[in-house]
Amino acid sequence: MDINKSIKIKNYNEYVKQKMPKSKVFLDCIKAFFVGGAICTVGQGLRLLAQEVLLLDDKGTAAFVAMVLVFLGALFTGLGLYDVLGNFAGAGSIVPITGFANSIVSPAMEYKREGMVLGVGAKLFSIAGPVLVYGISASVLVGIVYFILHACGVATPL
Amino acid sequence: MDFMDFVNAFWVGGLICVVGQLLLSLTNMTSARILVAFVTAGVILTALGLYQPLVEFAGAGATVPLTGFGYSLATGVIEAIGEKGFLGVFTGGITAGAAGITAAIVFGYLAAVIFNPKIKK
Amino acid sequence: MSKKHRGAQSVAFEKPVYLIGRGCVGGVMEGKGPLARHFDILASDALWGEDSFEKAERKFFFEAAKKAIEKGKKSSRDIDFLVGGDLLNQIISASFSARDLDIPYLGLYGACSSMAESLAVGSMIVDGGFASHVLCATSSHFGAAERQFRFPLELGTPKPPTGQNTATAAGASLLSDANDLGDPGCPVIRRATIGNVVDFGVTDANNMGAAMAPAAAETILNHLEDFSLEPDYYDKIVTGDLGTFGSELLIDLAKQVSGTDLSKVHYDCGASLYAGLKKVYCGASGCGCSASVLNGYLLDEMQAGRIRRILFVATGALHSPTSAQQGESIPGIAHGVAIERGDV
Repeated sequence: MDINKSIKIKNYNEYVKQKMPKSKVFLDCIKAFFVGGAICTVGQGLRLLAQEVLLLDDKGTAAFVAMVLVFLGALFTGLGLYDVLGNFAGAGSIVPITGFANSIVSPAMEYKREGMVLGVGAKLFSIAGPVLVYGISASVLVGIVYFILHACGVATPL
Repeated sequence: MDFMDFVNAFWVGGLICVVGQLLLSLTNMTSARILVAFVTAGVILTALGLYQPLVEFAGAGATVPLTGFGYSLATGVIEAIGEKGFLGVFTGGITAGAAGITAAIVFGYLAAVIFNPKIKK
Repeated sequence: MSKKHRGAQSVAFEKPVYLIGRGCVGGVMEGKGPLARHFDILASDALWGEDSFEKAERKFFFEAAKKAIEKGKKSSRDIDFLVGGDLLNQIISASFSARDLDIPYLGLYGACSSMAESLAVGSMIVDGGFASHVLCATSSHFGAAERQFRFPLELGTPKPPTGQNTATAAGASLLSDANDLGDPGCPVIRRATIGNVVDFGVTDANNMGAAMAPAAAETILNHLEDFSLEPDYYDKIVTGDLGTFGSELLIDLAKQVSGTDLSKVHYDCGASLYAGLKKVYCGASGCGCSASVLNGYLLDEMQAGRIRRILFVATGALHSPTSAQQGESIPGIAHGVAIERGDV
């Protein structure tokens, strides 16, 4: 018997999809909303701190918030807590900048035994690398377009 | 006033994460792809002038999600072009993101050196 | 014309191949599951005194092998060949353990089907008269497999409901051409069915059960057909690591293809190893899952006489991280080995 010929199901992937245990999309979105929102609220608190107490300007504030959140993301990843949060919150803890820090620390930690250069050093960028490549490339493209439009005297939104 | 800033940061940031969650649940995208998509989306939305109002309204609710990183790259480039001309296309992005990127590398490196991965019980 | 080949893809052994010794080692999760008391050794933590997960997995393999030799009342010098494999690239757990055990070694890779594959190959070697004692062993380790096939442990990304957890476990069986220990109830291997690689185009590495279920269905149905047996000839038809969802698909596929009802006799090692534990999704997977459940719980039950005949079908997903990244589908395979009490 060859199961490829005996089977009556035409589209196996469709069939699997129908029977598959479904992830609870609505519930997952609620969790992502609250955790993601909470992380952003912490960020807002840091902004307030930077502006009102440390008296930083706009750029300084943005830098301060990013640095502190990245530090917290790295710390909680190291302590082994961030993936527990990620399991619960899904995108709620992936999308904030703390998730970016998690994506940097977790592979670097994992590959430490492969050495400090090709292990930690290289794997540090296994997910962060693509983020920088596409983020920076996109910004350069935007810059070129903006530069040309500006040179031609066309008004741009910013 | 301050209190409303917090409320707006919470719900806007939360909603941006819900977009990510929908991608995660419905399209089987991995977290790496979601991060890349959000940074790129942030750059593009900023260039179209759509992200700036959101940052003004929601503060950290718009800057903390990774779209906010795209926002700072794009605004950095545009600002630098005004100051340095074409050179700004290349210097603006990283300059604006310098604090976040350097913090990520340094803290990431330190955390990776200090801690070891654990299997959760 | 071969006198031992049967039907489409099976072999019948002329003489009984005795399974005289067995060992199984589990990790922390295995120790919390319902089958905990059937393990010979339970490791205290995932590293088990080693400095990497890979070295820890090797220790699991090595200790299971040693246990099987010891229970068969042999020493490693009595063993003619070691046949085994594991999940890690270039099957380092098996190969490095073979170095330390110092037994002539045939490494094989069948992903999570490796235990049944090594039992089938080992039995052929013994029945063919090429060796008196063959040791078959496989292992897997959550920490080592996860980073090779999926993500770093600390990456905060959720697992979908069809996901499975790689078992941190190893199992070993010592095969012999004679009933050296004189136990009349000693398990014997009588038949084996070698699986076809079956690919129905599943690409989701978090849905292994769906990728492997068609292969399991084909191997089981062809085994029954090759030997003209009904499913209830066996007390249990055991699959390796289809998990709860994959098991559901298997039952449904068998019914659809030939109207065979497997639901009464089917047992899945992956669904059972972690049954009742939290956050295990569809259950356990990995070479060590079926290997440890067979050499622990199932053969304990057979020794006690509560089950007399089983068809042990370990299932494997034959993709690699590279093929998966390049978007290729996941081919599945299943090998079956019929194990019966010597006195039935």
